[in-house]
Amino acid sequence: MGTPMSKTITIDGLAVTFQEGQTIMDAALAAGVYIPHLCHNPEFKPHGSCKLCTVNVNGRNVASCTMPAVEGQQVLSDIAELNAERLALTQMLFVEGNHLCPACEKSGNCQLQAVAYYLGMMSPHYNHFYPQREADASHPEVMLDRNRCIYCELCVRASREVDGKNVFGLSGRGIKTTLVVNSVSGLLGDTDLAVTDKAVQVCPTGAILVKRQGYAVPIGQRVFDHLTIKDVQTGGGHE
Amino acid sequence: MQQFEYSDISRMLTPILARHEGDASRLLQVLLEVQDACHSIPSEAIDRIAAHFDVPRVNVEGVAGFYSFLSTRSVGEYRMLFSSNITDQMLGKDDLMQYLCNKLWVEPGKVSEDGLVSVDSTSCTGMCDQGPAALVNGWPLTNLDQNRLDLICELIRARRPVVEWPPMLFEVADNIRRSDVLLGEYLAPGAAIRAVLARGAKETLAEIDKSNLRGRGGAGFKTASKWSFCHAAIVEEEGGIICDVGGQPERYIVCNADEGEPGTFKDRVLLNSYADLVFEGMTVGARVVGAGKGFLYLRGEYRYLLAQLEKVLQKRREAGLLGDNILGQDGFSFDIEIHLGAGAYICGEESALIESLEGKRGRPRNRPPFPVTHGYKGRPTVVDNVETFACAAKIAEKGSAWFAAMGTAQSTGTKLLSISGDCASPGIYEYPFGVTVSQILADCGARDPYAVQVSGPSGTMISWKEFDRRIAFEDLPTAGAIVVFQRKRDPFQAALNFVHFFAHESCGFCTPCRVGTELQKKIMDKIASGHGTASDLVEMKSLGHILKTMSHCGLGSSAANPVLDTLEKFPDVYERKLKALAFEPAFDLDGALETARQITGRDDEWAHL
Repeated sequence: MGTPMSKTITIDGLAVTFQEGQTIMDAALAAGVYIPHLCHNPEFKPHGSCKLCTVNVNGRNVASCTMPAVEGQQVLSDIAELNAERLALTQMLFVEGNHLCPACEKSGNCQLQAVAYYLGMMSPHYNHFYPQREADASHPEVMLDRNRCIYCELCVRASREVDGKNVFGLSGRGIKTTLVVNSVSGLLGDTDLAVTDKAVQVCPTGAILVKRQGYAVPIGQRVFDHLTIKDVQTGGGHE
Repeated sequence: MQQFEYSDISRMLTPILARHEGDASRLLQVLLEVQDACHSIPSEAIDRIAAHFDVPRVNVEGVAGFYSFLSTRSVGEYRMLFSSNITDQMLGKDDLMQYLCNKLWVEPGKVSEDGLVSVDSTSCTGMCDQGPAALVNGWPLTNLDQNRLDLICELIRARRPVVEWPPMLFEVADNIRRSDVLLGEYLAPGAAIRAVLARGAKETLAEIDKSNLRGRGGAGFKTASKWSFCHAAIVEEEGGIICDVGGQPERYIVCNADEGEPGTFKDRVLLNSYADLVFEGMTVGARVVGAGKGFLYLRGEYRYLLAQLEKVLQKRREAGLLGDNILGQDGFSFDIEIHLGAGAYICGEESALIESLEGKRGRPRNRPPFPVTHGYKGRPTVVDNVETFACAAKIAEKGSAWFAAMGTAQSTGTKLLSISGDCASPGIYEYPFGVTVSQILADCGARDPYAVQVSGPSGTMISWKEFDRRIAFEDLPTAGAIVVFQRKRDPFQAALNFVHFFAHESCGFCTPCRVGTELQKKIMDKIASGHGTASDLVEMKSLGHILKTMSHCGLGSSAANPVLDTLEKFPDVYERKLKALAFEPAFDLDGALETARQITGRDDEWAHL
């Protein structure tokens, strides 16, 4: 199989071809192989922070979204040990923030929730941190709720790379990391964010929401109400 | 300390910004000066600085929020930061800090109501051989006791500038207890560079290779390999080659003096008394890889060394050992710039250090590519430890055979050890590699040693059963920290201290480390408060596995070492603290009712659970 130009890796025993310059994640997605991920979005430069996409390559764990595919790599991904660790990381993301799915407008369209379903998460397992985080309703059309931020920096990247605005950034350190916006007041309403910006559309959770559209699509008819995140993310469109 | 009374932040900023010019890599250096002047980074200053460097405001805010020594809220005219390493704790840090807080009427971590002073903890300041230690407005205080704190309290109340405080408060001793070839034999400035010029760059690389010199920062990567990868790296940009093999000046030599591993202080001594040797080694490296520019990344805690290091650099420039055409060699140009850190252990990781050098948050990069090919500003960069450069200078002067004759097969040469804890003579000990722990303990006058932390929290804790092990890459690798614990100490307290350290220093980039170190801290606190159960130990082992296998960098993957080591070697210290129950909730239901009891003024039986 494959053109003379293409090279091959194996993922869980399946031969997957790739082009020079592609990462393991690129190759997997192109071949319809799902590796769970949250901070990765093929439209943007790989980031490598959520670590959900960690795979085992020739005995070593690496983030598949940042690791270049190299001829002959034997990649293990859909194995019990890694899936258990992905589940633990997902639970960590839930307890470090305040994620209340039943009360969240994003429910059903949320990638964090969908990954949790996919990995079979039945409880948060760890004790909740219940952090005090600020919500910001100052923008006329966009709501920022830091309680749901998972620090994937997709909004940071989209604003910088696509919108050319730098509306978002991270400050603080460690567990005190926080999403900041580009205004002296620290309020979203005082930035030049527009509702049409790419940064508004890329949030995998409900941290950035367009106002007055919360229930335009009723619960029960949303993306992940009918499809798994695996179906959605390997089926061409990225949500 | 000067009194800054600028009403206009702009007026205060103008000279600072002018001095640092327009390159955004100076951002962190500017913020350090602003913090000094204003005791905080005011919001208006962030705007002005962002405009000056033409970077988004969020970037400046991101950097200001990342480093411990910077603060967007005022920390008071006097900021006392007590070193919170386990060695400082063993010497009474907690009581002393509370004593000072009581005297000054401040709560730890808060600023006094008059805005005069704040008292808080900070990660190890590298004064473990002369603690308890602290920093006051960045200046190191050593050998603290109640008498000294009484004096400090008076000085603060009298608003005496720190520069006028009695010098004896700031005395830092080298405490060199055992010297070998590195500390004992003098190298005349320029001798190693002359040897390199006589021998040739390629031949010098061959000597470093044959010497089998390995990085002294702990990881032990072969120095010659790093140098030759950097030399061989070719950088292409938009199709064109902009950096040819060995080409100048697009290669960098970086000396990692971010000595943040708690318990390590050898680089402090090297930079204080052997700076010429270190700079000589950097210059040797520059000649070998073809670098035109070098950086010394000096941890913020060692800022007191900055002025004297600048003097050493100036003397070397005047002697023709730095600058253009070094020692008359046509085309051999190299100079060194000192860049200050600002309180972030993660910047000891080489790619985070490079980010910090570029004036950014100290976040470890994704690898590949590695710094040797894509380092500072995307150019080939060598990052080596202070001691590695000192060794390289010696090898350049005396040759590989001389060096390789010392130590063991896989660990040639000598190693500087920073020894502290329960021993009569804490300080710096230089040994050939291969020395046993028991030999070290005998030499430093260890009192009834029971456990030894080798290479700091990220290293290994060994028990008395393992004291015949050797310091070498093939057995116990170390960046140099040796902390001795005597029998009466509780290894659990050390592990507890270390998990707090890692949670505080996690950069927050990746999920496993950001959340995992915090979870680990919470569980250890639960056990410390007497509420731990057997299931908590199981949980910590599983967390440890996730930290080790899923983390982005070495900080996360070693953050569980203190817990896993003590659980394995001293399980009884945990079991003694556990409740007999199988499960104990972390949430204290009765405690949660305390607020309600206070509001209602009730304390009867029915107000309790």
